[in-house]
Amino acid sequence: MASLVALGIVTAQQAHAAGRPGFEARTLQDALRAVGGVPAPSNQIRVTSPDIAENGALVPVGVSSILPGVTELFILVEHNPFPLLAAFTLAPGTEPDVQIRIRMGQSSNIVAVVRSNGQLFSATKSTRVTLGGCGA
Amino acid sequence: MSTRPMRIRATEEAGLTTVRVLMEHPMETGVRRNADGAPIPSHYITLVEATHNGRAVLSAQWGTAVAQNPLLTFRFRGAAKGDRVAVRWTDNRGGTRTDEAVIA
Repeated sequence: MASLVALGIVTAQQAHAAGRPGFEARTLQDALRAVGGVPAPSNQIRVTSPDIAENGALVPVGVSSILPGVTELFILVEHNPFPLLAAFTLAPGTEPDVQIRIRMGQSSNIVAVVRSNGQLFSATKSTRVTLGGCGA
Repeated sequence: MSTRPMRIRATEEAGLTTVRVLMEHPMETGVRRNADGAPIPSHYITLVEATHNGRAVLSAQWGTAVAQNPLLTFRFRGAAKGDRVAVRWTDNRGGTRTDEAVIA
């Protein structure tokens, strides 16, 4: 890949995007398609985030699930310029339970997707943002 | 770019180890512009890898919307007090940093 970049056949951005499916997607639907399809809604996934975030540049988000056999966990923000922002791969014994701080450009749904025994499930939480966090 | 060590706190209780990691990183999105109007190039962590006694427990691919100075919490089973947890991040400019902590 490095030689392809040097030859100008592949841009650095494309090389970087390779192996990171979904991170270049500009819509939630495209990101979910890249991740592997349309997830089924599940009430066994919990998304924690503030109802109202004063500062969109620093929004604490938690995702946890009691679904079995979770190997991957994705966090997306529907109205961000690039909705997919994190993809976690969990080894056996690692709990589907992560917390992270994210940027939100505007009020949006936060979508958590988990892969449980090979199938995709999701849950959603809406967070209102009073000051967008993507910078001007 | 030199960064201060990650602050890693790992505690075990009833078989469950909780790891909290604070990483120092600008997580520049690439969208901002400087005072002259020129875009500030993106500079953000793209990959995080955590190990327990050398065994991978978690890896994460991140985009530009993870906040500056990322604070990550995750949990896993099968570790004991005194074991080592290591966290490595890699960013989109080839920068990387690894730090370790002992589970308390």
